[in-house]
Amino acid sequence: MKWIGAVAATAVALVLPAVLGPYPLAIAINVLFFAYLGQAWNIIGGYAGQLSAGHAVFVGVGGYATAVLAAETGLTPWVGMFVGAALAGALGGVIGYLGFRFGLRGFYFVLLTVAFAEVCRIVVSNWERVGGAVGLYITFTGDPRRLSFQDDRAWYYVALCLLLLATAVAWAVERRRFGIYLTAIREDEVACEALGVDTLRYKLLAMVLSSFLTGLAGAFYAYRYSSLQPNAVFGIPLSVEIIIRPIVGGAGTLLGPLVGSLILTPLGELSRALFGQGGWHGAHLVMYGVLLVAVVLFVPQGVVPWLRDLLRRKPA
Amino acid sequence: MSLMAVGLSLIFGVMRVVNFAHGDMMVWGMYLAWLLASRLGIDPYLGFVACAAALFVLGLAIQRGLVDRIVDAPHEMQILLMLGVALILENTALLVFGPEPVRVRSPLAAATWYVGPLYVDVARLLTFAVAMALTVALYAFLFHTDLGRSIRAAADNPYGALVIGTDVRRVYAVAFGIGAACVGAAGALTAPIVPFSPSLGLSASVASFNIVIIGGLGSLLGAFIGGLLVSVAESLGAVFLSPSLKELVSFSLLILILLFRPAGLFGKRAP
Repeated sequence: MKWIGAVAATAVALVLPAVLGPYPLAIAINVLFFAYLGQAWNIIGGYAGQLSAGHAVFVGVGGYATAVLAAETGLTPWVGMFVGAALAGALGGVIGYLGFRFGLRGFYFVLLTVAFAEVCRIVVSNWERVGGAVGLYITFTGDPRRLSFQDDRAWYYVALCLLLLATAVAWAVERRRFGIYLTAIREDEVACEALGVDTLRYKLLAMVLSSFLTGLAGAFYAYRYSSLQPNAVFGIPLSVEIIIRPIVGGAGTLLGPLVGSLILTPLGELSRALFGQGGWHGAHLVMYGVLLVAVVLFVPQGVVPWLRDLLRRKPA
Repeated sequence: MSLMAVGLSLIFGVMRVVNFAHGDMMVWGMYLAWLLASRLGIDPYLGFVACAAALFVLGLAIQRGLVDRIVDAPHEMQILLMLGVALILENTALLVFGPEPVRVRSPLAAATWYVGPLYVDVARLLTFAVAMALTVALYAFLFHTDLGRSIRAAADNPYGALVIGTDVRRVYAVAFGIGAACVGAAGALTAPIVPFSPSLGLSASVASFNIVIIGGLGSLLGAFIGGLLVSVAESLGAVFLSPSLKELVSFSLLILILLFRPAGLFGKRAP
């Protein structure tokens, strides 16, 4: 049953670009892209329950590494993105090691991740070699070998591949002992340690995996939007965008990030389109805020577990 | 800055609730001061009382309406809830007041006193003096009045306070209100010194966390000294490195403190 659903959804996703107009297609790309980011975050933030609130830093590192390598050595972004992701993963390892080794939990871990993201933002803003505060602009080539496409449909499929990859990784994590350890750490870390689980090791692994995947998204961001600005890719607002989807959809569930993105991305785009012209900037963020408050108060587990319960109670 | 951190510390110390909306509350305090000054001609150095009162009500409402429902929920949920409140506050300010920075004119802000070779900005001096006075008043309130004592009792041991007949929910609401009032006053008082826009909220929140952590969460004295420490460190950083790197100093400081002394310099409890 689950398999049929998954195959059907993938099939629909595959043919969707054929029927979508340019604007809905652009929204669909964002839905997939932010679902991917959410899924990457979900591994550490959802399954392992370590609220990393500075995840944008990995997007920034991945994006900058890819773009700078391409500009200085001519390395194709297709390879560069993995170098960037590896760097992001390494940074994730450092942040995770420091945070977990010194036993920072909850709010303290949140602050540590935010502080690291801010430090990176300030360093990059002041680093003239990589564009300083203005950032980097990537010239549009339209050459697929340089990760640049004339047709938005190509971007759609790249985003879809990314999302499928992240979902497969999350699924594999969930199915294995590793995932069970992570959930156990989230539920009761002390008990977990008492039972002999090497919590430091598993949290660290989850963090590295999550930041590696997030770093991959950096290249996508850089080349899709043709620009990298320190405040945009390292800033707290992007981190919020990353976190809010899996939270609304259901942190620690396989479908949560996608469902969250399906709800939030079109809503965000819509309110931006509706209110953005009249100078009503920020309307979509007010809405995010209201949704976040509503979710915490009424469906703290997120939409997916809530729906699951609803269906179970009333078997159709 | 310090006063703001004192407010945050009060909220955290009493209720273990991390107020992510703190900076945005400050921004609202600033805009209220701006409204009072530009529409009614009330100087911010008088208007801060009204701002504090308004924020007190806002804080009370947030506590009663939202935080109270999940005060027993895991920490993460509270962080997310307050993040939601922060988003609402910041962007409502953006919708209402627009993104352009504004500045409050106070006749006092332009004045300068010369003390020998030094010149002193009267506005800054006044802000500092009022902030000091408010901190002392808050201290006196917490340690020498019944309500203040019950706030501290509820902070130390909510269950024990409940047993001896304290209305803990009411105490929480009042404490949150006072914390918000502090930050409202802080906003109104800094409004004449620096130009501000709604986007200030987030960085102000982060900055005040920074101060509170460095001083020690839940320690009022620590928050005050932390505020001074961070300000001095940032100024030194601006002088010796470059002005744009001054934030780097405080964030690096934050990371070091988090790693090596997470209870802060003056905190009593380990996290």
